[in-house]
Amino acid sequence: MSSTWLTTRAWLLMLPLLAVMVGVIGWPLAETVRLSFTDAKLVGTGGDYVGFANYTKMLSGSAFQKTLYATLWFALASVAIEMVVGVLTALLLNQQFYGRTVLRALMILPWALPTVVNATLWRLIYNPEYGAANAALTQIGLIDTYRSWLGEPDSAMWAIILADVWKNFPLVTLIALAALQAVPRDTIAASLVDGAGPLRRFRYVTLPHLAGPLMVALVLRTIEAFKVFDIIWIMTRGGPANTTRTLSILVYQEGFSFQRAGSGASLALIVTLIVSLLALAYGGLLRKTAGSMD
Amino acid sequence: MERQSLTEKVFLHVAALLLAAVILAPVLWLFVMSISPAADLSAKPLNWWPSSVDLSRYVTLLSRVENSAGAVVTSSLANSLIVAGMATIAAIVVAVPAGWAVSRTPSVGWSLNAVVATYMLPPVALAVPLYMGLAHLGMLNSVFSLALVYLTILAPFTTWLMKSGFDGIPKEIEAAAMIDGANLWQTLRIVTLPLALPTIATAILFAFLLAWDEFFYALLFTSDLRSKTLTVAIADIAGGRVSDYGMIATAGVIAALPPVFIGLLMQRALISGLTSGGVKG
Repeated sequence: MSSTWLTTRAWLLMLPLLAVMVGVIGWPLAETVRLSFTDAKLVGTGGDYVGFANYTKMLSGSAFQKTLYATLWFALASVAIEMVVGVLTALLLNQQFYGRTVLRALMILPWALPTVVNATLWRLIYNPEYGAANAALTQIGLIDTYRSWLGEPDSAMWAIILADVWKNFPLVTLIALAALQAVPRDTIAASLVDGAGPLRRFRYVTLPHLAGPLMVALVLRTIEAFKVFDIIWIMTRGGPANTTRTLSILVYQEGFSFQRAGSGASLALIVTLIVSLLALAYGGLLRKTAGSMD
Repeated sequence: MERQSLTEKVFLHVAALLLAAVILAPVLWLFVMSISPAADLSAKPLNWWPSSVDLSRYVTLLSRVENSAGAVVTSSLANSLIVAGMATIAAIVVAVPAGWAVSRTPSVGWSLNAVVATYMLPPVALAVPLYMGLAHLGMLNSVFSLALVYLTILAPFTTWLMKSGFDGIPKEIEAAAMIDGANLWQTLRIVTLPLALPTIATAILFAFLLAWDEFFYALLFTSDLRSKTLTVAIADIAGGRVSDYGMIATAGVIAALPPVFIGLLMQRALISGLTSGGVKG
């Protein structure tokens, strides 16, 4: 069979996928680009060309900077905590103890719980009057008076981050655990014979095996965290005083609540650009890690 | 392996208990809220253990009385099943041939990278034109439209999963079947697809869970019982003026049951999918 025929055949088999991708991703994306240069409204007749007005308006607004800061805060804190807790719990689950199999199985629970259910559950836990967090912390004696965890600007973001960490650290655990189980026993035995302590063993024997899979987890979690919408929408809708408003929430408000399709689109593209740059930077890092592991 | 000292043993078991508590406590509390009498949930100090088991909320939410909270939950449950089911089937139908083609034809490999790169796109980058387009066609508030839109999430990801699955099936097996006189379609049907079944099953599970979990597009594109999915219904119930928090918890338990069951039963397949690299959390 000639290679041209093989290539043609491949394209034919990919045709349904490509048709779908063009229809539901390619076209909307191109349309978002076009809209971002217009003053179109969400409902009503199409808008006029306004050049870069939407971009300059969005980028210079104080809302954007504050929102970018909130998004960075959420993404960096939640992903960093998830990585550390995930690796520590994976190291624990790689040891011998009673009930290990059951505990490993339980790790899938938070991951399987739908994001919306998780967010709703934590909103109930943080409830200022009847929430379990207030009840438990008062009964232990850590706080004297009930607090509105999601209603106060000081605590709202951390409360959301905690809820996000609880749901997502098990994913890191599962990925790290699979990598740990792939560390050859001979290598560990050899390092023991050579007298390496636990810290050195982690640094020189375990970590090299973990680095690749953990990088993948880091990339995926960071991109997800940057796009965050669901958990914040359910828990605070971006409040109080916009302290938990992330970029996706801002785009939603601009494009849908205020129905300004044009400026909403320009903001959406700015977010896309940030995520793409992040992914490119990570891609380079990923190749480096993969290279050094070989 | 090293022998554990007594201190190490104690430390490990304490840490394991702590981890188990952290994982289980929120989930158990959700369940306890759903079966506690309303008075227990507003008591101070809080009643951690229900004074009696109250299953009435499940009865209410799963009944089909018109204009009740039950009608909302049952119809959105059905919508979630229909949308997730349709989107999953469509995603698998486009992903299997495409995944095989990319796996066997290196010259088109770059196209998969392009498809997978769309994973980075925030849904907000597509939402405005999708909304305007569907509104223009009069197709808002429809389970079919929502399933179609879900392909933006499911199709790239299932194709990627199928491609790595086909990569694990040696080309030589297909070549051998061809030499024995089978044509391409026979080869795929008799040799390749049966070997790819575990991957297809994993792809179905992930696709279904992703669609079940989806909230953003459903929030935008659905407006009443005809198409609202369970995630939107829960957000409505939680955001509305319900005086009984147990009702919110019950709706949460109902929405969580299918994915939690799938998660616990299909653990092996899911974890192998998760750890093979690029699965969304």
